[in-house]
Amino acid sequence: MTARNPLTELDRPNSYIGRAVPRPNLTRLLRGRGQYVSDMTLPRMGHVVFVRSPYAHARILGIDTAEAEAMPGVIAVVTGKRLAEVCTPWVGVLSHLKGLKSAPQHAIAVDRACWQGEAVCAVVAETRALAEDAAERVFVNYEELEPVTDMVAALQPDATVIHPELGDNLAFERNLDAGEVDKAFAEADAVAEAEFVFGRHTGVTLEPRSIIGDWNPGEERLTVHQGTQAPHMMQNIIAKHLDLEEAQVRVICHDVGGSFGIKVHVYADEMATVALSKLLRRPVKFVADRIESFTTDIHARDHRCKGRIAVKADGTITAFAIDDMTAIGPYSMYPRTSAIEANQVVNLVGGPYTNMNYRARARVVFQNKNVTCQYRAVGHPIACSVTEGLVDLAARAIGMDPAEIRRKNLIPDDAYPTASASGLKFEALSHHASLDKLLKMMNYDALRAEQAELRKKGIHRGIGIASFIEVTNPSAAFYGVGGARISSQDGVAVRLDATGRIIVQTSITEQGQGSEAITAQVTAHALGVPMERVRVILGDTDNTPYGGGTWASRAAGIGGEAAWQAGKALKANILAVAASILQADAATLDVVNAIVVDKATGTERMPLEEVGRIAYFRPDTLPPGFQAELMTVRHFVPREYPFAFTNGIQASWLEVDTDTGFVTLLKHWCLEDCGTIINPQLVDEQIRGGVVQGIGPALYEHCRYDERGQLTNASMADYLVPMAAEMPDIEIGHVVSPTKESELGAKGAGEAGTAGAAAAVANAVNDALSPFDVTITEIPLTPEVILKALGKV
Amino acid sequence: MKASAFDYARPASVREALELLGRHGDAAKLIAGGQSLVPALNLRLLAPEILIDLGGLADLRGITVEGATVRIGAMTRHADLLGSPVIAEKLPLVAAAMPHIAHPAIRNRGTIGGNLAHADPASELPAVMQAIDAVIVVRDASGERRIAARDFFTGIYETALRDGEMIVAVEAPVAAKDERIFFHEFSRRSGDYAIVGLAARATGSGNALADLRLAYFSVGDKATLAERAAAVLGAGPVDATRLAAAQAALAEDLSPQDDQQASGSTRLHLSRVVLARAIAVLTGDASLAGRATA
Ligand SMILES: Cc1cc2nc3c(=O)[nH]c(=O)nc-3n(C[C@H](O)[C@H](O)[C@H](O)COP(=O)(O)OP(=O)(O)OC[C@H]3O[C@@H](n4cnc5c(N)ncnc54)[C@H](O)[C@@H]3O)c2cc1C
Repeated sequence: MTARNPLTELDRPNSYIGRAVPRPNLTRLLRGRGQYVSDMTLPRMGHVVFVRSPYAHARILGIDTAEAEAMPGVIAVVTGKRLAEVCTPWVGVLSHLKGLKSAPQHAIAVDRACWQGEAVCAVVAETRALAEDAAERVFVNYEELEPVTDMVAALQPDATVIHPELGDNLAFERNLDAGEVDKAFAEADAVAEAEFVFGRHTGVTLEPRSIIGDWNPGEERLTVHQGTQAPHMMQNIIAKHLDLEEAQVRVICHDVGGSFGIKVHVYADEMATVALSKLLRRPVKFVADRIESFTTDIHARDHRCKGRIAVKADGTITAFAIDDMTAIGPYSMYPRTSAIEANQVVNLVGGPYTNMNYRARARVVFQNKNVTCQYRAVGHPIACSVTEGLVDLAARAIGMDPAEIRRKNLIPDDAYPTASASGLKFEALSHHASLDKLLKMMNYDALRAEQAELRKKGIHRGIGIASFIEVTNPSAAFYGVGGARISSQDGVAVRLDATGRIIVQTSITEQGQGSEAITAQVTAHALGVPMERVRVILGDTDNTPYGGGTWASRAAGIGGEAAWQAGKALKANILAVAASILQADAATLDVVNAIVVDKATGTERMPLEEVGRIAYFRPDTLPPGFQAELMTVRHFVPREYPFAFTNGIQASWLEVDTDTGFVTLLKHWCLEDCGTIINPQLVDEQIRGGVVQGIGPALYEHCRYDERGQLTNASMADYLVPMAAEMPDIEIGHVVSPTKESELGAKGAGEAGTAGAAAAVANAVNDALSPFDVTITEIPLTPEVILKALGKV
Repeated sequence: MKASAFDYARPASVREALELLGRHGDAAKLIAGGQSLVPALNLRLLAPEILIDLGGLADLRGITVEGATVRIGAMTRHADLLGSPVIAEKLPLVAAAMPHIAHPAIRNRGTIGGNLAHADPASELPAVMQAIDAVIVVRDASGERRIAARDFFTGIYETALRDGEMIVAVEAPVAAKDERIFFHEFSRRSGDYAIVGLAARATGSGNALADLRLAYFSVGDKATLAERAAAVLGAGPVDATRLAAAQAALAEDLSPQDDQQASGSTRLHLSRVVLARAIAVLTGDASLAGRATA
């Protein structure tokens, strides 16, 4: 006989928080009935194709558009100069990043192209194919200028200055010095150092960037259909640069095929598209093709970071010091800027550990390559790889096991609240519980024994461990304080309709991660209704509360809490109506399965459709002076902590073929603590997807530029995204430390996987290669990089 | 991107296809599975005025055995070869190579004729065809030519095909009873083109290898037989010394290129590694594979 599991909280009716329920939008998407911008056709819609600079740096001497204008189906050929009459340039700086500078960027380059792929002219035609035909007949007369491509050379006194008015190519520098770093290094038993090199890579969303601008001169309003993470931010920015009131711009975001941070920025070609709509007084559509995605979607990383670590013989880490340099392309991206990643690196290095002696410098450099900006786990993979790489080096220097040195130095689980050397405030983390659980999950000691056995047979396997912390649920400290009109709060409106159904409008957005699902779950749970009754509306500046959208692992933690509060408030209002009808005390009533019941006995009193019917059609029967309010709105933003930090630890188990340099991933583990788990399946798949996006740049993904600033692998054949066949099984575990900033207690889970995966893989490769006495601190770890390190080629 | 506009013809016979090809000359392109051609059209690397679709030519499709020869029609798809018991039995090296060619969706459309005509130096089949001494049968309005696979591939995307000619079939001798085969490629991800690949076959027994063919691909501007290395290995029983000499000889046999994936010197190194692994399999002597220890 098997014992029956005791009932849990999840067995209550309408108990959805913590349950792996399917996403409401799944059937629609799987049946091919999603609606992406590229599916849309509006009457009189033109298609824009951009003529793009083939040079990394060139002066535009002249543009001959006559032949193109005469081509079939062409509506207009518009140069940057002409477009500048309807769209003002922007500068990507924020006031809290002191000293950050950048130059004005135009929607279409006016007299100079600053990277290969920058748009220099637009061709609008009746179809994309006709526009491409005509674009081939636009003749641009370029004077090629010296491109600045190498980040180190960019800071030399003789370097070409990309924007002469800025004086030099240094966009931003930050220095931090905490504790007694020199003393710690002087008194260390061992010091290890290395230069860590991170290749450029990009997000490769399945659906490319796409946008339709639809200017309606009749109502003087611009409707924008865009695949974006942040509709209200876009509304503000489009209005600002097209000389409109915000109220004249409506941004609608339909289904979006992946974002990962790619679709949260202001792209010149997208601004050009909406400006063209205003100029031409008709809808204009732009859908990036794959080459355009590679040459113009933001890139990320591209760091060189020197790091040092001081350690005592007993394993105590006594100092970290880093000197990071990153190259961001010719402009700081608008409006979030391209200095955030380097700033995060400074904030995060050493973050999981108790050490308080820390010195950091970060320099952000202009160059003539595509722009870089925030992409999934901004700065974290850099900080984590540097930190965890150094910790492994320190362990090796004193002959300590990598798991042991971490146990020795991770912030104790009972030390909270506390702060890091760089000043990050931690509410409650669980590094030690996570480490313990991870080692058990991976059977660490047995794995080490297996590794030793195999080594004798010439089989080189490695174990890599990486602890991490992750910024989630950002408050206004992220962008708002720097002057950007990017909302850190979100709002949710919940309404009971006359048939007892629930309509939820939320300001968070959905790009495939399940925002819609968790909103429905939380609201249904709060109200006591079946999820099928809940319909969620998102992504429309006219029809949702005002808010930030979905980025920085914030949708569930911030938008979810707003949904929880709005749902609770509506339930109270529903009970008030029911109480007045039933002449009962609202405190004695509850809602279960969309029926008002007696709390004590569960006796059914009145279904929600009856509450709706009376409130909407027979309000005359309610007591005098009583007004039913069956729509509630709540907003939420964390106030006490600037960020809800999460933590976790990852491990990789892999094999290196030392004859070929090929790495085979055998297994990956991720233990993480995102607080309350609203939907375990969504969280696990976020972690898995994140891990894969962290493994990508560790082994495969790389935007390869030549010395003239030409991107040489702008295709899916040459840019290697990680694919299923090469990915290991990814086992996931959780420790749960809810944040007390919200009732829900959820922190973010979207980026944790990406934060630590590359570090775990790189550490595992170095562990595998330890008998050969080589350390590689460069990613991607291609076969050639490994063979070179082994001295085989 | 979108292809520029083109006309389209779907001939009902090989004769009609050749007639169209003769009439339109350079302005025409044959399209078989489209798996290499369509990307080139969309990227506007090619802008033919007319596409001649070979998809309707049933007599170019299929695998037949005539005596000691296997004949594969040019329009036989990768997926057909992969699933064919005849190929598995009679041309095991072809069968071994097929899973490495792209992904199922591409194998469902891509054809052997299109693959060989495309002559990608990183492609598997041009090497396999040389290893098994295949003959490429080509035809134009005036008749048929038979070209040995080793003479067919002349450079990057270049073949011995003349204007107005198309591939109609491939013919290869049925594998010998004592044939031993090896196929391996180093590619970054499964389904990718190889960084270095080797299709090898031999007859004989034990450490004595006869009729050894070592066909390398993705190491140079075309699939190449490593004849010097094969000669060294064929000259007597294979041992570590002879293998090392053959590995050294690869420097002369191959002229590996630098590209996105690897430098020429990495390719030469990998060519030597894969040779050792091949010889270990062909001779049955695992010690020749040479796994490195620290
Ligand atoms: C993502 C991807 C991955 C791939 N990976 C691999 C791989 O790993 N290995 C590999 O070998 N290939 C790979 N391919 C290519 C694939 O094998 C193609 O199918 C093949 O190269 C071309 O065959 P096709 O029938 O599609 O020819 P098409 O694309 O239709 O034609 C290719 C060329 O051959 C010409 N042609 C076609 N038929 C004939 C004929 N009968 N006579 C003369 N000329 C002809 C055409 O005019 C054209 O120039 C890959 C393709 C893709 C899209």
